[in-house]
Amino acid sequence: MSKKTVLFACGTGIATSTVVANAVTEAMKERGITIDPRQCKATEVRSELNGVDLIVSTTQLPSDLGVPSIVTLAFLTGMGKAEALDKIEAELRK
Amino acid sequence: MAEALMNHIDPEAIVLGVDTDSREAVIRLLAGKLKAAGYVKDSFADAVLAREAAMPTGLPLGHAVNVAVPHTDPEHVVKPGIALATLKNPVTFANMEDPDEAVEVGLVFLMALNDKDRQIEMLQEIMATIQSEEAISGLMEASSLDDVAAVLK
Repeated sequence: MSKKTVLFACGTGIATSTVVANAVTEAMKERGITIDPRQCKATEVRSELNGVDLIVSTTQLPSDLGVPSIVTLAFLTGMGKAEALDKIEAELRK
Repeated sequence: MAEALMNHIDPEAIVLGVDTDSREAVIRLLAGKLKAAGYVKDSFADAVLAREAAMPTGLPLGHAVNVAVPHTDPEHVVKPGIALATLKNPVTFANMEDPDEAVEVGLVFLMALNDKDRQIEMLQEIMATIQSEEAISGLMEASSLDDVAAVLK
């Protein structure tokens, strides 16, 4: 499978999205999926969608983005982490 | 292995058993500690409050105590550091995932962030800490700096 581009979004585009990007990129590597991680503010997602396969955000996203997205705090709080990873893997293997 | 969380938290900026009823009061209290210890500029408290209103940082943890990790843009920060408050009674923050949802928060980590590498380390340490129910209850029961240090070392 080729590299997948995942856009990680959070409030500032610098802090929480970095933690989530690291956690997801590492976990997907273990599952045999290579991620090209990008980051941005949730409010700027629409202008960053070029070539993006999936958006993973810790905060609400604009609607009708035309790209699959998952909003989850699992990688910050630890709650529901396995389920969130399964969802991300399933989306990236489509 | 990342540095222990205690290394990022200034002992001068730890306040235990804060008795207040608003998130603004907690944020202003902790921001004042960070300002006095030279971590942030005068503009920091207002900037954090503005960001919290637009992009909240309440994290529901699914057990007794929830956490908030307020922060703001680097231009209000002098050097990276963390202030910590445990609250006598929870105050209301909004959920990071859904701003319309209230989260009753008992533990606040106010983060001064302006260094890309340090902030990732700091956040990861905070997240590792709050994912441990034992650490959370240890912090909530702490009555001295030594108690806090024992949990976060």
